[in-house]
Amino acid sequence: MSSDTNTTFSTSDIAAVAKPYRLQYEEAQESWVLLYPEGMVKLNGPAGEILKRCDGEKTIDAVIRELEKDFEQKGLEKDVMGFLDIALEKRWINLTTPSS
Amino acid sequence: MENTITTSSDHAAQSNAAKPGPPLWLLAELTYRCPLHCVFCFNPVNFANVEKELDTENWLRVLKEARALGSVQCGFSGGEPLLRDDLETLVSEAHKLGYYTNLLTSGVGLTETRAKALKDAGLDHIQLSFQDSTKELNDFLSHTKTFDLKHKVAKIIADHEFPMVLNCVIHRLNIDYIDKIIEMAIELGAECLELANTQFYSWAKVNQEHLLPTREQLVSAEAITNRYREKYADKIRIIFVVPDYYETRPKKCMNGWGNVFLTINPEGKALPCHTASMLPGLDFPSVKDHSINDIWYESEGFNRFRGDAWMKEPCRSCPEKENDLGGCRCQAYMIAGDPAAADPVCDKSPDHHKIQAYVEKAQQPQDKQMTESPLVFRDPKSSRKLDEEGIVF
Repeated sequence: MSSDTNTTFSTSDIAAVAKPYRLQYEEAQESWVLLYPEGMVKLNGPAGEILKRCDGEKTIDAVIRELEKDFEQKGLEKDVMGFLDIALEKRWINLTTPSS
Repeated sequence: MENTITTSSDHAAQSNAAKPGPPLWLLAELTYRCPLHCVFCFNPVNFANVEKELDTENWLRVLKEARALGSVQCGFSGGEPLLRDDLETLVSEAHKLGYYTNLLTSGVGLTETRAKALKDAGLDHIQLSFQDSTKELNDFLSHTKTFDLKHKVAKIIADHEFPMVLNCVIHRLNIDYIDKIIEMAIELGAECLELANTQFYSWAKVNQEHLLPTREQLVSAEAITNRYREKYADKIRIIFVVPDYYETRPKKCMNGWGNVFLTINPEGKALPCHTASMLPGLDFPSVKDHSINDIWYESEGFNRFRGDAWMKEPCRSCPEKENDLGGCRCQAYMIAGDPAAADPVCDKSPDHHKIQAYVEKAQQPQDKQMTESPLVFRDPKSSRKLDEEGIVF
């Protein structure tokens, strides 16, 4: 489990894969990959499962709930937020705060 | 055009017994034709021997077969790929097949109309190379024709919302202007700038004495680059590729022979890298006669330098051999005369003194040489002449 993270965003934000990255599943590698100009990041299982749910519509909270349901686990928030923090730093994703 | 292609995918070296991974990177060299005459061009010196280019139908089949094996990055390169009028057709098919599509261009011929057609076809990215193709190399950045063209093309690329990587081949004659090159890249709105120091293959090898920078030039250029990196960290990513000859350990060339990269040259020959056709005694198959699957997994040419069973000393017993897999086979052939030798860049190579001699010579002023042995510009006439002389870089 990850330790406490001081993220600059909240679970009510919406995450999406940022340009110029493109997320797709590759049969030959049996994994999700992020493609960008002349390069590729091969994602591990959990990273792929998180990113594929970051569709620019669901809030992070909804992503977490969906993962907890699909994988029949509880308490995934810290892990998901920890990964998204890294993904944001690497500019793989961008975040928007929905206007309520 | 650029000298290096990188991928951040990290694939461990294949052991001899294991089946190689898929050819993740497909480089489609569509043509050797080019409106430019760059003195550092990486096309083979004897490119003019290729007269008949692979047709559209064969290229479409190559794209399909490589994708089925797991190729995922596709680069359309050349020569100047925009000279092929089926480029849009090929990009469109590559996009539909699920490739990430990259166009590697000088920008010559990238009109508004073609940029739109390529966008509609699904092109993902454009790498614009910046160079001066004229005889006025010393006026590199004051040469307004080049500057205007790049400005125009960069605007077209930005207007169509393509991510843009700017590639500039760096050498003795332009390295002192590296600050201006970086400033121009920022001004043009590039997301990434590759400052690719010339590696000495093909035309750059012919022109080596003109192009290898001094140590002082190199140190200064790297320091300037680092200052810009810090200052503009949010704006642009700057990659600085150090020239091999100033290293003491070789690069892990192509991330391993037949490990990730598959190049198809304009006549349909399949190669582990774009310069491997120079190597003697290796039979590289043509896509006209063989499937991509057979080429990648079964052909003698692709299997020859996979793993480490082919290595000789000092590589064979070297504790560092997995780091670089013995370096570059073409460099070993060009300098040590044996494609299976250690890359002479390595200071454990018995031929390393040759590299040291090149470097030593580069420290001397060479103004006189500019007139005594002029730069050879890449064009079909010089290509035929060099071929007749038996130069095979």
